[in-house]
Amino acid sequence: MRLLLIIVSAVLINNFVLVQFLGICPFLGVTRKVETAIGMGAAVIFVMTLASAITYVVQYAILEKFNIPFLQTIAFILVIAALVQFVELVLKKTSPSLYQALGVYLPLITTNCAVLGVAILNINYNYNFIESVIFGAAAAAGFTLALILFACIRERIEYSPIPKALEGFPIALISAALMSIAFMGFSGLI
Amino acid sequence: MLDSILISILWLGGLGLIFGAVLAYAAKKFEVPVDPKIQQIKDLLPGANCGACGYAGCDDLARAINSGEAKASVCSAMSGDKLAEISKLTGVNSGDAQKKKAVVMCSGVGDLSKRKFKYHGIENCREAMIVMQGDKVCEFGCMGYGTCVKACPSNAIKIDHKSGQVKVDESKCTGCGICEKACPKKIIKLIPADQKVQVFCKSIRKGKESKEICSASCIGCGICEKQCKFDAIKMVDNLPVIDFEKCTNCGACTEKCPTKAIRKI
Repeated sequence: MRLLLIIVSAVLINNFVLVQFLGICPFLGVTRKVETAIGMGAAVIFVMTLASAITYVVQYAILEKFNIPFLQTIAFILVIAALVQFVELVLKKTSPSLYQALGVYLPLITTNCAVLGVAILNINYNYNFIESVIFGAAAAAGFTLALILFACIRERIEYSPIPKALEGFPIALISAALMSIAFMGFSGLI
Repeated sequence: MLDSILISILWLGGLGLIFGAVLAYAAKKFEVPVDPKIQQIKDLLPGANCGACGYAGCDDLARAINSGEAKASVCSAMSGDKLAEISKLTGVNSGDAQKKKAVVMCSGVGDLSKRKFKYHGIENCREAMIVMQGDKVCEFGCMGYGTCVKACPSNAIKIDHKSGQVKVDESKCTGCGICEKACPKKIIKLIPADQKVQVFCKSIRKGKESKEICSASCIGCGICEKQCKFDAIKMVDNLPVIDFEKCTNCGACTEKCPTKAIRKI
């Protein structure tokens, strides 16, 4: 039951992008096409789930045990950076077209605050290992959901009569704001 | 105290080493063979990543050249011998290069040219244009708020703070043309890099009108046209137009110009 609550909370109520405003950069950057949004989402799900697991181990097996918790930020960033590099290598080999489409946003997952955010929130919420991994995956799923929804909207906007002054990013930012307001409607769910 | 420092260093270093080893192994395992030619072409490109060719940086252009999708001559910052080397590499004639440079075609800077009002706003020509089409009386005049300076990817444009003259450093200018697009007054133009003589005015006003508002303006007298022995200068709309094909950069026209609007760079 607790796990289910974590999932619902991470995907909808505390959606990383639309409610907590983490990971805005790829949210605007790779949502021009649904295809790239899905690819980015998949990469983030992979990175965030693994990062949650590894940072959990790093936190409790190393940092707490040896009384060096002040190294949390740098150690976590090290883990995330290595993971992203790994994902990049794998993607380059297995799916060059996706690698091309994601472009600079893939290495940028390294500095994506959503990934570091999920790692630190896991520790702050005192989750155990299973909960951390579930929270990481769910948060990434929420991120992906937001990305895909937004990409769908932007693809439609592309073919809609938009006032000249609002074309491109302005209308994208306005629709992002409206989506954010819509997601706030979930806040009473739990 | 010393312990915690040591432990920190050891663990963080150890973690780094482990991840490094894993990545090194993964890099070997998932290695994608890259055409070495792409790297060679990339080394010959200027590496400014200005994007003027229409590709996302020099890397992307190198890939496009290698696949035959683009010709190396789309790069406006290329010198002739580098082009020839790329042609040799790819086996395709890359086309002829004509290196260009940017010039700011206005001399009426600072106090030389009259202003309609004092502009106290954002230091940006495009913003200044919103207020009554700019603060210069002459609508062809450089306002000097440095939009081109900020736009230039290779830091080649400088504003001389004393005179207000906008100067292009020829040694740095790659001829990408980004400043040409950035200038709201359209007074920046790309000319062949070896061209020395240039008209530094865009005003098509008649002589008397021009003289009233700007002391550095071309007055359309046509002396330069008469001075030119090679028939390279034609007067069009009260402005001399230089035919770069015919111009020999002798400078005869610059000597007699009463306002020094035509001069050597």
